[in-house]
Amino acid sequence: MILEMKNIKKNFGSLEVLHDISFSVDNGEVISIIGPSGSGKSTLLRSATFLERIDSGSISYMDEEAVSTGEDGKAHYISKAELREVKNFFGLVFQQFNLFPHKTVFQNITEAPIIIQKRDKETVKKEAIELLRKMGLEDKKDSYPCQLSGGQQQRVAIARALAMKPDILFFDEPTSALDPELTIEVLKIIKSLAEEKMTMVIVTHEMNFARAVSNRVIFMDGGYIIEEGDPESVFGNPKMERTKQFLRSYEE
Amino acid sequence: MSLQTMINTMAGGMLRTMGIFFLTLIGSLPLGLVVMFLEKRKNKVVSGITKVFISIIRGTPLMLQLLVWYFGPYYLFHISIRGYRFPAILIGFIVNYACYFAEIYRGGVESMPIGQYEAAEVLGYTKAQTFIRIILPQVVKRILPSITNEVITLVKDTSLAFTLAYSEVFSLAKQISASETSFMPFLIAGVFYFVFNYAVAFVMARIEKSMQYYR
Ligand SMILES: Nc1ncnc2c1ncn2[C@@H]1O[C@H](COP(=O)(O)OP(=O)(O)O)[C@@H](O)[C@H]1O
Ligand SMILES: [Mg+2]
Repeated sequence: MILEMKNIKKNFGSLEVLHDISFSVDNGEVISIIGPSGSGKSTLLRSATFLERIDSGSISYMDEEAVSTGEDGKAHYISKAELREVKNFFGLVFQQFNLFPHKTVFQNITEAPIIIQKRDKETVKKEAIELLRKMGLEDKKDSYPCQLSGGQQQRVAIARALAMKPDILFFDEPTSALDPELTIEVLKIIKSLAEEKMTMVIVTHEMNFARAVSNRVIFMDGGYIIEEGDPESVFGNPKMERTKQFLRSYEE
Repeated sequence: MSLQTMINTMAGGMLRTMGIFFLTLIGSLPLGLVVMFLEKRKNKVVSGITKVFISIIRGTPLMLQLLVWYFGPYYLFHISIRGYRFPAILIGFIVNYACYFAEIYRGGVESMPIGQYEAAEVLGYTKAQTFIRIILPQVVKRILPSITNEVITLVKDTSLAFTLAYSEVFSLAKQISASETSFMPFLIAGVFYFVFNYAVAFVMARIEKSMQYYR
C-alpha cells in the first residue's frame, strides 16, 4: 500500500468538510476523484499532502504512519523533520501550477532534488534534461515560466514533481486553468505516465479522460465518498442516484 | 575664503554625508528584516511591542529621535559617552529607516501568493529555505520601487545630522555661509545633493532593470 488514509475528519471552524473518509492507494493504481465543487476533493488531497491538518484519522505512506489518532480522538502528527522525510514519497501538481517565477524551467526542476534531497548534482541535471524531453520542452530549459503557455507551465510543474522521484503523484484539477487545446497536451502527458505505471490520484472534471485513464474512480459529494469502483461501473452503470445526477449534468 | 577652498571643505562634508548614507543603508536594510520578523511573530506580546515601536518611530520626526538618541543616555541614566555623536546619528538613522523598510518588506511578503509557500512546502523546503530561496527574491523585486523612494529620501534626510552639529555638507554650508556672509555654500550644497541623488537614482534604476528578466 502506497497511501492509506483512515477515518479522516477535517473541519474548517464549525464546518466539517471531510466526514470519516477512508481511502487507500496501491502501487501502480491510477485513481480519479470526481464530484461537484465544494465536495471536499481538494481538501482530501491537501490533507494527504499535509497542506491541511486533519482533525482525526490516520495517514500512512509505505506503511510508515505519519498521522495517527490516539485515545483522545485527536490527530497526532510526527515531527516536522520527520514529515519532510515522508514528503519524499509524494508529489503534488496544483491547478495554478505554482512554478517559481524567478527561476528558469531548469532551476525549477533541479533545485529541490539538489538542495532538499541532496542528490548528486550531475545525475539530477541529467534526469531533468530527460524529463524535459519527455514533456516535449527540451527547448524551454532556460526560459522563465512567464515566457511559457499555461500548458507548458503545467508540464514543467509535472516535471518538477517527477524530479523528486515520488512514489505517488497527486493532481488537483491540473487542467482547470487551461484552454481546451492546452488541456489536451497536459492530459496526454498524464496518460503517458499512467502507461508507465506511475501511481496517481487525479482530481478532475474531464470525465472522458477519467474514464479512459483510471483503474478506479471515486465520486465525492458533501464530504463523503458516495461511490467508488472501476470506471466502467461508475460511469457506465452508477448505482447511487447522486452519482447519476452528477454524471447527467456533464452530458449536456 | 576662495571658491576653491569652499568647494574643497564642502566636498569633505559631502564625504561625511555619504558616510551616513551608506552606513544607514548597510545597517537598516537587514535590520528592517529583523523588525519585520518580530512584527510577524505569532507571540502577541512581541508583535504588539514591535508594532507600537514602529508607529512611534514613524510618527515622530527623525530630528527629534536624533536628539533623544544623543541626549537620552545622559538625561535618563546620567552617563556620558565620549565620541558618541556619530554613533548616535547612525543609531537614529538606522533605527528610523529600519522601521520604514520593515513595513515595506511586510507589504511585499504579504503580497506573495500562498501557492508559492505551498509548492515549496510540498517539495520539502523548510520555512527558512522557503523564505530565502523562494519568497525573498520575489519580494525584493516587488518592493524595489518603494525602496528606491526611501533611499532617495535618505539622501536628503542625511542633512538632519546638523541637529547634532555633525559636520556633514549641510552643516558646513550653514557655517560657511554665516562666517563668509555668502549664499554660495548653499548653492554648492544643492549641487552636491542633486548630483549624488542623480547617481543614486541611476543605480537604483539599473538594479530594478536587472530584475526585469521575469514577469
Ligand atoms: N481554507 C478554508 N477555510 C474554510 N473553508 C474552506 C477552506 N477550504 C475549503 N473550504 C470549504 O470546504 C469545502 C470543501 O472544499 P474543497 O475541498 O475545496 O472542495 P472541492 O475541491 O471539491 O471543490 C467547501 O465548502 C469549501 O468552502
Ligand atoms: Mg478543488
